[in-house]
Amino acid sequence: MSAWLASLVAPGVVLAIFAMALATYLCRISGHFMMHLIPLTPPLRRALAALPGSIVAATVIPIIERLGLAAGLAVGAALLAMLVRRNEVLALVAGLAVAIAARASGL
Amino acid sequence: MITEIDRPIVTRAGLLEGARLSAPLLPGVVVFAITFGAAAAGRGLSLFEAALMSALVYAGMAQMVALEAWPQVWSWGVIGSLAVLTAVVNSRMVLQGASLHPWLRSHGHGFNAAHLFFLTDANWLVGSRYHAGGGRDLGVLIGVGLTMWVLWLAFTLPGYLLGAMVSDPRRFALDLVMPVFFAAMLVPLWRGRRAAVPWAVAGAVALVVSKLLPGHLFIIAGALTGMLTAALLPDDAAPEQAP
Repeated sequence: MSAWLASLVAPGVVLAIFAMALATYLCRISGHFMMHLIPLTPPLRRALAALPGSIVAATVIPIIERLGLAAGLAVGAALLAMLVRRNEVLALVAGLAVAIAARASGL
Repeated sequence: MITEIDRPIVTRAGLLEGARLSAPLLPGVVVFAITFGAAAAGRGLSLFEAALMSALVYAGMAQMVALEAWPQVWSWGVIGSLAVLTAVVNSRMVLQGASLHPWLRSHGHGFNAAHLFFLTDANWLVGSRYHAGGGRDLGVLIGVGLTMWVLWLAFTLPGYLLGAMVSDPRRFALDLVMPVFFAAMLVPLWRGRRAAVPWAVAGAVALVVSKLLPGHLFIIAGALTGMLTAALLPDDAAPEQAP
């Protein structure tokens, strides 16, 4: 039983998921409940508006640098597909196809 | 500015209206959930762990970033840094929750604490539009949130099975699913060159930090510098110079 359970879940992974869930839940409720405490000044609004794009850039750029040319070409192809057609599926397929082709040809 | 206090309304009809208003968002959440499932399989999570994360965390962007920072060996420090990373990625929810305050304040604290579990970009957006148009039934906000949660969890599973079928993730570029999907998100987020300055700063800082420090601190460092840059930049009210 315990061996079966251990093969299903790793304690560290489950703890990490609980910690992530708690962090997310606190983000979800804190805005409403702290409304009286923290004034939403224009700089704070701008900072939060810039956050999604900043996360994307901060995550993707070091990954491209680490994974090399195939990763860069894949991201470029996805951006191009998204600019032309505004379709997430198409962008994903285009990016992965370019990466597969680039790696198959030894890049 | 809304000054009058709304009467608390939550109806079954509102919940169903919320489910109906979710329809245009369906393709996006389905593709994102499948993408997360496949990436989770590629990172070596079990099906149960992937589903547990989708059910409890229910935040696509944070889940994808966490997978990128997923460690091989677990320690309290690693778990703590994943929690901080998740909080940074999800800090936009603080603003979203705050903006819902006028709509929520007439409802009980316990009730608000319960349904805010389902607060996400999708129901915040749909709900805000509905409230701005004069709607007051909180069922709409909750209906969209619940619908998205069910779809997010349900489509994590086929995504995982798809990802697990691939024996060599690198050959099929599954290690690139996250950066490719993320980069494509920049296009709908684009609000002109001026608004992209913090993104460029975030990317540059992250690149430098990734060279200097171990682990995935570079994501937090980049995201926070991007926010700081946006806060320090002059207001958008100033007209943009034509090139």
